[in-house]
Amino acid sequence: MSLTSDPPVAKPAPPPEDLGALKVVPVRHPWRWAAVAGTAVLLTQFVHGLATNPGWEWEVFAEFFTADVILKAVWITLQLTFHGTALGFALGIVLAFMRLSASPFLRAVSFGYVWAFRSIPLIVQLLFWFNLAYLYKEVQFGIPFGPGFLSFDTMGLVGAMSAAVLGLALHQAAYAAEIVRGGVLAVDSGQLEAAAALGIPRLRQIRRIVLPQAMRSILPNAANEVISLFKGTSIVSVMAIGELFYEVQVIYGRNGRVVPLLMVATVWYILLTSALSVIQYYVERHFAKGTTR
Amino acid sequence: MSVHAASDRPASAMVEIRSVHKSFGALQVLKGVDLTVRAGEVTVVLGPSGSGKSTLLRTINHLEKVDRGWISVDGSLIGYRRAGDKLYELRERDILKQRTQIGFVFQNFNLFPHLTVLENIVEAPVSALGRPRKNAVGTARGLLARVGLADKADAYPRQLSGGQQQRVAIARALALEPKLLLFDEPTSALDPELVGEVLDVIKDLAEQGTTMIVVTHEIGFAREVADTVVFMDDGRIVEQGTPADVLDRPRHDRTRAFLSKVL
Repeated sequence: MSLTSDPPVAKPAPPPEDLGALKVVPVRHPWRWAAVAGTAVLLTQFVHGLATNPGWEWEVFAEFFTADVILKAVWITLQLTFHGTALGFALGIVLAFMRLSASPFLRAVSFGYVWAFRSIPLIVQLLFWFNLAYLYKEVQFGIPFGPGFLSFDTMGLVGAMSAAVLGLALHQAAYAAEIVRGGVLAVDSGQLEAAAALGIPRLRQIRRIVLPQAMRSILPNAANEVISLFKGTSIVSVMAIGELFYEVQVIYGRNGRVVPLLMVATVWYILLTSALSVIQYYVERHFAKGTTR
Repeated sequence: MSVHAASDRPASAMVEIRSVHKSFGALQVLKGVDLTVRAGEVTVVLGPSGSGKSTLLRTINHLEKVDRGWISVDGSLIGYRRAGDKLYELRERDILKQRTQIGFVFQNFNLFPHLTVLENIVEAPVSALGRPRKNAVGTARGLLARVGLADKADAYPRQLSGGQQQRVAIARALALEPKLLLFDEPTSALDPELVGEVLDVIKDLAEQGTTMIVVTHEIGFAREVADTVVFMDDGRIVEQGTPADVLDRPRHDRTRAFLSKVL
């Protein structure tokens, strides 16, 4: 058998014709269609199960979904989220600029804070704050940022709610600090230089020139943090605070309807997270000014 | 066209630079620079990259702190206050105030991308000088007309060409009505066909007697507009004089070598 082959017979060139007039046959994807069909079947089964499995007890769900006690619990969850986020990011911005400052001492303190509070699990921090308030109930705390909800009664006792907000905020501040610092570092240094060359006052440089541009990279991460804090408030249930997850546990502890009540909490968490995502979209759009041609 | 008429004015020193030294770590960038710029004059600084010309310009508005020597603009020391035989470093607030009298135009424009053209120009007069917003807006529109961009007031910087952005940056610097304008390679980041429109604006300013120091590589511009050409190399001023002297009859080998490469 010879390994050499005959030279190919020269084919005649195809007759010139108008290729544009020919019908185009697209590539077929049979396996893609198989995957779609399989996924659709599974999805249908799941929805069917949700609708027909009596274990979900939708009538119990409906009874409790808008019950007063649940609505009140949702409100407390939102308050925890709002105060935790506001205080956390306020402290986080301060920590971020400490870390970016020229003073080695301030930089070290900021670094130490972030290191410590990122290292301690949130639940441990919360219990710690809760018990610190109990241990030192005769000591008056002076908190440098003190809106009304951090009020101390005459005994100087840190209430459970204040302890929870404090715990969430201090935890959040460590992450917020890193997010803000990352955002500020992402702004071109020429921006600060131009602002300085124009003699714009220092605080104004930060507020008007740097932060709005830093927001572009801060926002997606910050939204993650807010949503994660929102769900993280469920951890506060260990402190017997009447937020959503705690109340749901109390109710199913009483009536034994575990699954529908967990669904009550789940659906509220999903609804409110969706609302936060919508807000995120609009806030991001606001700070995207000037980025399109 | 000659713009040397400005030097007919009384020859008072607008900028005095004396024995200025500056190092970045071990790298000595300025090794003792002396320069006097008279009011109403245009000084063009030429030199190879790394010669320290941009650093010199940045020391004049204290974007860089000098290690040794001093600089004064219109009679006041930059960055320091003299009391007896001591120099006290100024606080940032006072330095910022000094900078409002010194316009600076960057190579990369450094417009604020999240603000419209008008907001870019209005920002400093309002926040640094405390001008009423209405006045500042009026001034800004006038300046935009002057640089030929009256119709771009509401555009964002990214919607403009490089040449237009640099003209906005010049308008932004002018909005503070500075005594002195500093240009740091204002056309180096531009496409060649856009260089002319920016140089025309600078020429126009020169004709109106604005005191300017321009760091550039545009030899033709230096010849046409400069009252004084300064050639720097290796952290020192090698020679200075009229454009005719420095560009056509350079006395130093290094100037000749540089000119032979760029001309």
